[in-house]
Amino acid sequence: MPLHIERVSHRYGSVEALDGIELDIADGETVVLIGPSGCGKSTLLGILGGLLQPTSGRVTLSCAPPAESLNPFTYIFQDFALLPWRSVADNVALALEHRALSASERTERVASALALTGLGEFATAYPKQLSGGMRQRVGIARALVVRPAVLLLDEPLSALDAQTRELLMEDLLAIWAREKSTRVYVTHNLEEAARLADRVVVLSRRPGRIRDVIGIDVPVAERGRPEHAGLLRDVHRRLWSLIRDEAATADREIQHV
Amino acid sequence: MSEHGDRRPIPFRGGGFAPVPRRLLPWLVFVVLIATWQAASSAGLLPPLFMPSPAAVVDALYVLWTNGTLAQNLGASLGRIIPGWIIGTAAGLAAGLAMGIFSAARAAGLPIVSALFPIPKIALLPLLILWFGIGEPSKVATIALGVFFPTVISAYSACDSVPRNLIRMGQSFGLPATDIVAKIVLPGAMPGILAGFRISASVALLLLVAAEMIGAQYGIGAFVLTAGNLMQTDQLLAGVVVLSILGLLISWGLGTVERSVLRWR
Repeated sequence: MPLHIERVSHRYGSVEALDGIELDIADGETVVLIGPSGCGKSTLLGILGGLLQPTSGRVTLSCAPPAESLNPFTYIFQDFALLPWRSVADNVALALEHRALSASERTERVASALALTGLGEFATAYPKQLSGGMRQRVGIARALVVRPAVLLLDEPLSALDAQTRELLMEDLLAIWAREKSTRVYVTHNLEEAARLADRVVVLSRRPGRIRDVIGIDVPVAERGRPEHAGLLRDVHRRLWSLIRDEAATADREIQHV
Repeated sequence: MSEHGDRRPIPFRGGGFAPVPRRLLPWLVFVVLIATWQAASSAGLLPPLFMPSPAAVVDALYVLWTNGTLAQNLGASLGRIIPGWIIGTAAGLAAGLAMGIFSAARAAGLPIVSALFPIPKIALLPLLILWFGIGEPSKVATIALGVFFPTVISAYSACDSVPRNLIRMGQSFGLPATDIVAKIVLPGAMPGILAGFRISASVALLLLVAAEMIGAQYGIGAFVLTAGNLMQTDQLLAGVVVLSILGLLISWGLGTVERSVLRWR
């Protein structure tokens, strides 16, 4: 679903978080937002999903969301946001319970989302019994079950260890090869950006402005091949050179909380 | 350098500070304590009038049990604490949850609750007696009032402790506000609410005894007071033992409820 971010600015009190963000996102595209901490990337994601109201500007769609999508804008959260008192299957079902679906269709949808994310045998487990990777798979299943038109991923792998992150990245790519959604993916991990993005949007520090947009021409599915290793390394280097100085400044800043 | 001669092992310093369960020790403490007490009584070290022996207390308990005095007094006490706790808890949950969920209810309720919470509720018993008479309602009202305030505070702070991100998650999936309350806020607040029940139950027990000592014919508190006035210390301690058992039973009951409601923890 084509999305248009039109001169979006946001401020928290006197702190300017985003300043005049202007971006068009094509249907089915994966856009990764990257930037130093405090660049407002999570704020932008909140605005995209309607959880935050921008101080000025707006986000528009150039076509109606598809009818089969129960929740066109759907998040996957960094901290998974699972209800600890619900089983895996019930956590996924939460996204459907208030929708007009027959009980049988609901069960069927939940079961297929669990199967797709490799959670079939964990349906009755509780979140605390699962590893971080499996918990995030529940978060992914819960997002897929509503057939989102736009997936909003807020640092989905940041809470995981490096090996689990690698595994989940493979899972995400496999799932994305099968379902058509537009994705906006926030991360501070340059490798994730180079592996997953069609375009990487680099934001500057407070106030967040678009600093550069870097397109990666190699199709996502082919990026694992050895002949593209050099290209990915180049992307990684370019991104780092864009961010490095500001990341260093952000690192040395005293937090005002 | 010699082969192994001057190799020294690293001294171990990581021991202790790790509580391990000891099954028998807790019981042993009781047994030793009561045995010492009994031995001191039997040896004539404790004057029976001021500190009766454990055997005398058990005797008194048995007599009270068989002649129906215990049932009469316990019945009167339960008839006050149960409705008092239920009324106070129901009202406290209603007010506390409203304050946890609605900003207006919080802004209106918090100053009142903060101002009235520190008042020892037993101080209001004379007023409540004037309102409701010396009979049961004034005692039930005292207990209900004492239970109400800690319940309000635990309920609304339990709502506050529900992680914001879970509520945002609910909003992001388009859950209606009623569903967010029913499926996210209430279950998330449950641990805090149940922890509050423990506090309110002990407040209820305290107020029960105090109210019964001020003016009641029957009830464990009245019984303990009368026994003291008559220097029947064996009966007095028997009453205290009954209160202790009552407290333990309440705590065990709440523990059972907690374990079944919060199985996910």
